[in-house]
Amino acid sequence: MTGWDRNHADFEAVIGLEIHAQLLTESKMFCGCSTAYGAPPNTQTCPVCLGLPGALPVANRQAIEYALRFVLAVGGTVNRRNVFARKNYYYPDLPKGYQISQYDQPLGEGGTIIIIEDNTAKSIGLMRAHLEEDAGKSFHVDARAGGPATLVDLNRCGVPLLEIVSQPEIRSPYQAYLFVTKIRQLVRYLDICSGDMEKGALRCDANISVRRQRKKTLGTRTEIKNINSIRGVERALTREIDRQIDILGSGGQIEQTTLFWDDDAQDVRPMRGKEESADYRYFPDPDLPEVVIDDDWLRRAAKAIPELPNQRRDRLVHEFHIPPYDAGVLTAERPLAEYFEAVASLVDRPKSAANWVLTEVLGALREVSGNIEEFPVQPPQLAELLREIEVGNISGKIAKEVFRIMQSEGGSAREIIERRGLQQISDGDTIQLVIGQVLRAYPTECKAYRGGKKKLFGFFVGEVMARTNGKANPQKVNELLRKMLED
Amino acid sequence: MAITPEDILHTARLANLALTAEETERFSRDLEGIMAYVDLLKQVDITDVLPATCLSQGRNVFREDRVVPSLAGDKIRRNAPDWYRGMFRVPRVIG
Repeated sequence: MTGWDRNHADFEAVIGLEIHAQLLTESKMFCGCSTAYGAPPNTQTCPVCLGLPGALPVANRQAIEYALRFVLAVGGTVNRRNVFARKNYYYPDLPKGYQISQYDQPLGEGGTIIIIEDNTAKSIGLMRAHLEEDAGKSFHVDARAGGPATLVDLNRCGVPLLEIVSQPEIRSPYQAYLFVTKIRQLVRYLDICSGDMEKGALRCDANISVRRQRKKTLGTRTEIKNINSIRGVERALTREIDRQIDILGSGGQIEQTTLFWDDDAQDVRPMRGKEESADYRYFPDPDLPEVVIDDDWLRRAAKAIPELPNQRRDRLVHEFHIPPYDAGVLTAERPLAEYFEAVASLVDRPKSAANWVLTEVLGALREVSGNIEEFPVQPPQLAELLREIEVGNISGKIAKEVFRIMQSEGGSAREIIERRGLQQISDGDTIQLVIGQVLRAYPTECKAYRGGKKKLFGFFVGEVMARTNGKANPQKVNELLRKMLED
Repeated sequence: MAITPEDILHTARLANLALTAEETERFSRDLEGIMAYVDLLKQVDITDVLPATCLSQGRNVFREDRVVPSLAGDKIRRNAPDWYRGMFRVPRVIG
């Protein structure tokens, strides 16, 4: 765990997170411009998202549906009557001078996220989840890049965001890390956000204060913005907690400020240039009619929710008798869970399939930093290989070799085994023949074994395996070797 | 409702406007008149009236999630105060 736990045991952190998740719609929240990432600047803009006079926003039905899916998945309450509100502030990346958001009637309220820390489940409450539009991107440049100036790209302006606000129930940077990981996993399972933090599809702001252990009142909090990676969440909070404790420890006071996480410098620094005090003057947006969500719409949204990671993990534990930790790894990402279940359904021993996916498949994926969908050995091929082990055609060790060949050269397990003569030798006569050779080659060792040096058994097994190129059936070898040595 | 010069300056700052002393004084008077009118409206009994948030009476007006062509580049540029390599250029707001 992180350093502050040990060094600052007198203090406790109180953390609340705000996560902005870009919804996976094709078009923007209130206009038909594309949301595709990486287009040349300002090529995905129109009068609506540029805030030109007379333009009229119309809400994207799909974005509302995605947001509904999230609220239902976390067990939140859906507000049946929704109003969009204007949040007014002045900044060049917001051409209208206001952001369309939701205020006193957010789409969803309440709900919980379960995180697992040291094998213990902790539930973190959610305050709300609401829809809003993203702002553009600003680049603050100096003379070398056409400045000093701020350059603005409005392609991102108007992209639908789901803002997810947690209760201040997170107590450490590590828990914050777990929370963000869980949210990311959930929105990816729900297929409503790519979760790609590098492309800004998931962003995190944190509110944080510290207080003496067991004190009920909250300390003065600061807000950290611009946390753009999952690891950044933990680092930024650790840094800020240290800073706050240092100030309080030396008798100082925390100033309520907004800080900016600088990922390059790995430090927080005060934000400058934004509105001095939050005075957003929210009011209902008269351009947008209210959104009423009826039972039918709720039912449709609920139907689109797949089995969620925690449920899936529990089911795998019961259905296939695999340890909860392993099931957790297998269900961390939906495509991996699909892969495993496809393999498991085709073999007799799903538990061994789980081990194969966890060690061999994940190991191979890590080596090439690839993803499971493009992995050369797909479920039917892996299942075929595992069946070869099940029927005793090859040993587990040889199977790993075959697996490597399948990865690099393709082809089916059957074919590779036959072509390379890798079939397991289970025939007793053949194995006995090899054992006889070994015993004759090592008379001294034989004598020592019979004299009580039983540890030599492994040595003989190794010799037999080596002489059969690893193809002898290990169980048969053990059985026959013991018999021949004792005779 | 009395509008103080501080109210005017705060509002102007939120809108990123710089006002002269003469303007500040004039807007104080104007805003006071507007607020007086709102005070008058407040006297209407609205206990049985549902709050209206939108000018139209409709509800659930949506678009389907389909991409339509965006504005052509030169049209955007023509509306920009200043333009540099495909981007709007404005006075530097940070640092």
